[in-house]
Amino acid sequence: MNDMVFATAFYILAGITILSAVGVVFLKNIVHSAFLLALAFFGVAGIYVLLNAEFLAAVQLLVYGGAIAVLIAFGVMLIQRRDMSSSNPDAAWSPLGLGMAVMAMVVFIAAIVLTQFPVTNVAPEFSVEGLARLLLTDYVVAFEAAAVLLLAAMVGAIILAKGAKEA
Amino acid sequence: MLKEYLAISMFFIVALLIPVAVIFISRLVAPKKTTPEKEEVYECGVDTVGDTWIRFKTSYFLYALVFVVFDVETVFLYPWAVQFQQLGTFAFVEMFIFIAILVVGFWYAWKEGALEWK
Amino acid sequence: MNSNPDLLTSLAGSIRSVLSPLIGNPDGVDMAMYGVGLLAVITLIFTNAVILVWGERKVAGFMQSRYGPNRLGPWGLFQSIADVLKLMSKEDYRPKLVDKWVWALAPIIMFAPAVAAYAVLPFGKDLVPVDLNIGIFYFIAVSSITTIPLLMAGWGSNNKYSLIGGMRAVAQMVSYEIPLVFSMLGAIMLVGSLKMSSIVEAQSHIWFVFLQPVAFLVYVIAATAETNRAPFDLVEGESEIVAGPLTEYSGMRWAMFFLGEYANLLAVSAIASAVFLGGWQPLPLPGALGDMMHAIPGWIWFALKTYIMIFVFMWFRWTFPRFRVDQLMGFGWKVLLPLSLANILVTGVGIFLYRVAIGG
Repeated sequence: MNDMVFATAFYILAGITILSAVGVVFLKNIVHSAFLLALAFFGVAGIYVLLNAEFLAAVQLLVYGGAIAVLIAFGVMLIQRRDMSSSNPDAAWSPLGLGMAVMAMVVFIAAIVLTQFPVTNVAPEFSVEGLARLLLTDYVVAFEAAAVLLLAAMVGAIILAKGAKEA
Repeated sequence: MLKEYLAISMFFIVALLIPVAVIFISRLVAPKKTTPEKEEVYECGVDTVGDTWIRFKTSYFLYALVFVVFDVETVFLYPWAVQFQQLGTFAFVEMFIFIAILVVGFWYAWKEGALEWK
Repeated sequence: MNSNPDLLTSLAGSIRSVLSPLIGNPDGVDMAMYGVGLLAVITLIFTNAVILVWGERKVAGFMQSRYGPNRLGPWGLFQSIADVLKLMSKEDYRPKLVDKWVWALAPIIMFAPAVAAYAVLPFGKDLVPVDLNIGIFYFIAVSSITTIPLLMAGWGSNNKYSLIGGMRAVAQMVSYEIPLVFSMLGAIMLVGSLKMSSIVEAQSHIWFVFLQPVAFLVYVIAATAETNRAPFDLVEGESEIVAGPLTEYSGMRWAMFFLGEYANLLAVSAIASAVFLGGWQPLPLPGALGDMMHAIPGWIWFALKTYIMIFVFMWFRWTFPRFRVDQLMGFGWKVLLPLSLANILVTGVGIFLYRVAIGG
């Protein structure tokens, strides 16, 4: 019974994610693509929940569903364009995109197959407390590096946006 | 825990179904008399000129960018705040450094006028 | 504390004891109880909207020395019911230039985060519909997606007022979300948990509004902006952009936005009372007076505090003139954000000094 609910939920969420991702690529209107991307993020958040990573799911919703989606929408508003109904130019770049996608897929599959995943009988701890402890003790360098990365992202983006304004 | 989230998904599904049902019911009782005038874009009675979907100013984009950075910062701050009392001085100093680095970015955005509405 | 179960808690208990033999398996009973919570939440959202529509007009009338609605029923109480009937029978027309799907889906999606956010509101001891471990963070995450339907409405309407309103709404909501989220961090540092019930439990001795006055102020201001209410209602500034993203909606679709907004107003007020005003905890008075306070059920305290917060938000609306857009953004980023960051640091240092002082 429980397994069935779990499987159903997984397939529904995976279906939402994949279908909306396909929509992002194939829809002609770029704003529709942006909204569907938000839906795909939502599906991924659901899959995180199924993996017992509730905090990560909320993060996914907050950062991707709330922030990145808005950023993309505003980015779209920034672009000059004529006809909205064909604003998602595709044809010219699709072979390149396909090549990149295949390459990324090969890398991911290789990573999944080659990694020795530790298997234990102990249920992993996914609590916020555990996350904080790890982040601030074992992975403190990565944690501070994230801050620097965010700083670099902000500075770079501001310079780019200012350039866009002057042009 | 999954049980709780099954309940949450129930909340979401019902929350999507209610408006659909309400709008459907209202369609049954509401009149349906469309005239060409009614279907026009509403602009206080003046005929609309030009496109709606034009290029917007960069200010919006800049705010969204700074927002994303701080949003990601929240993600780090919340676990830290939960564990703050257990983790002791070291964690406090670490978070201090983390915030300080981002405040530098904030100061830069401020100085460059990214927070200015122009 | 309050050992005698109050009306709602015992009601929940008796529903559970009726359902248990019927369903048998304990997981099923839990799920059924979540369903009961959901039903209660939906009922609350609809009744609350009806009350607030009337209440808001009465408060407005009171502030402006006039009567407000007074024709239908005693004190005009049935006015909102008449309004609902009117909205039901209004034509739901679609302007011909709208982007059909985006326009039609926006009001439906607007309602979802509002309802889903109610799942974690602590209505009383043991009366949290779904008491998630990440409670408050879930609330933040879910309410952050409210920007998407507003953007959809603004963009999909293909109307200049709508688009400007939608863009403003989103820019404003993201700008004030950061101070809102940061303002609650101080309280979480004091509690050490994100669970809504723990946050309220932790305030049995002292409400956080006394320990975190600055954070409370920041929260109230940011929450006003998050709900797009005056003086932050540039989104629907009727004197310049008609009704912002709602311009092209009519009938029940428009009502869905309205319902969502009142649901959000109640939600932010409820969070204010849970995080800063002690939630279901009674007034901490000494002696016999305190015992009397304890005799009042927790959910009544919670409702009382929440509706006082709502009254404060209404008071704001009818007191302050509207902000200008540059002032609005400047205030959010250059005043509230540094203030809330400083509050986190001061709280951290404060907890530290306190623990050194008590020798912990």
